[in-house]
Amino acid sequence: MLSGEEWAIVRLSLLVGGVAVAAVLPLAFALAWLLARRRFPGRVLLDALIHLPLVVPPVVTGWLLLLAFAPDGPIGAMLDRWLGVSVLFRWTGAAIAAAVMALPLMVRAIRLSIEGVDRRLVDAARTLGASRMRAFATVTLPLAIPGVLAGTVLGFARALGEFGATITFVSNVPGETRTLPIAIYSALQTPGGEAAVLRLAAISVALSLVALVVSEALARRMGRSAHVL
Amino acid sequence: MSFDISLAKRRCDRLIAAHVTAGDGVTVLFGPSGIGKTSVLDMVAGLLAPDEGHVRVHGVTLFDSTTRTSVPPERRRAGYVFQDARLFPHRRVEANLRYGERLAAPAERWIDFDAVVTLLDIGQLLRRWPATLSGGEARRVAIGRALLAAPRFLLLDEPLSFLDAARRDEIARTIEDIRDRLRLPILMVTHDAAEAERLATRIVRMG
Repeated sequence: MLSGEEWAIVRLSLLVGGVAVAAVLPLAFALAWLLARRRFPGRVLLDALIHLPLVVPPVVTGWLLLLAFAPDGPIGAMLDRWLGVSVLFRWTGAAIAAAVMALPLMVRAIRLSIEGVDRRLVDAARTLGASRMRAFATVTLPLAIPGVLAGTVLGFARALGEFGATITFVSNVPGETRTLPIAIYSALQTPGGEAAVLRLAAISVALSLVALVVSEALARRMGRSAHVL
Repeated sequence: MSFDISLAKRRCDRLIAAHVTAGDGVTVLFGPSGIGKTSVLDMVAGLLAPDEGHVRVHGVTLFDSTTRTSVPPERRRAGYVFQDARLFPHRRVEANLRYGERLAAPAERWIDFDAVVTLLDIGQLLRRWPATLSGGEARRVAIGRALLAAPRFLLLDEPLSFLDAARRDEIARTIEDIRDRLRLPILMVTHDAAEAERLATRIVRMG
């Protein structure tokens, strides 16, 4: 089956995708809530900005990330000065690229699920003595969970498949930024790499499938009719 | 004085206005559909902001536009029974009933869980999910949920609508019970004259 090196690629991909999604989930949720429930100036612009990575060529997104996180870039300079770290050519950089690309899909799915929660139920909770925060935690959040789950799975799958922005931003470094898609690309460039391509591609398909089935099972377990699939 | 309410709100091109001064018992806001009766209840509950006016219940000011007072809905202690019940679909009947009870200060609770279950005859529904309840059952649970949140007054929005004759009578008797035995002031909205006649201590016409 897979060689040790290939298993390491799978583990790296899961790490990058998992960290990306976990780190960006609170932000995705906050943005989704803002867009679903608040009216404020610049809302349309914010919506457009979030969705930009979905439509801009991933190479461009990767290049913009490179500009921002380069040692003399606005974010890169801050990271260097305050934490003494750089994300270039590191798996953390790959996770950032994956997070940026996963964000729009997550915000979309979570936003839909929050919009699906009847505000009149929140009103009812308020008259029963619940503060805004408590009504959110006890009514909106539990009713939106299936959508949050769906968005997270979607984001994770997108993160696993991320290629263009990652290779532009943090290049193709074995053991650091060579995730599944980039490893497949590298194997395709290598004479006699077809067998490795087949194995890695099969793993990619299997991972995506497992993610979808697991989330569906979770949604079922919630005992509600809202399913991911 | 149980209710001292004077409210005005402009919505699109029409004006919703209500003036109510009433003592104990059931005060019925009576008027045709679409005149803004539910909006008045929403404003009393704090879910909708009036343009001007005041809301005082038992001498406590909940809203006053001249002093810019507006108590948030969770501290108004209004037992609001919505026309569409609005039970939480992700909680069983018992958890719905207990939602407001948990949030009320123990010293302010004046009725316990078992008393409410007996009063409304909903003991057999406790393990059910709201989606499986009939309209009459859902409304009884909604009344129970409101009572357990330790309200100082009740707001009932068309409590007898969309029910068959037997259920209507059942709920009407429950309201009479709450009025006569629990002595809770009730502000109720209806467009049905017979309903108003039967339950009202006082009728306030809108429109």
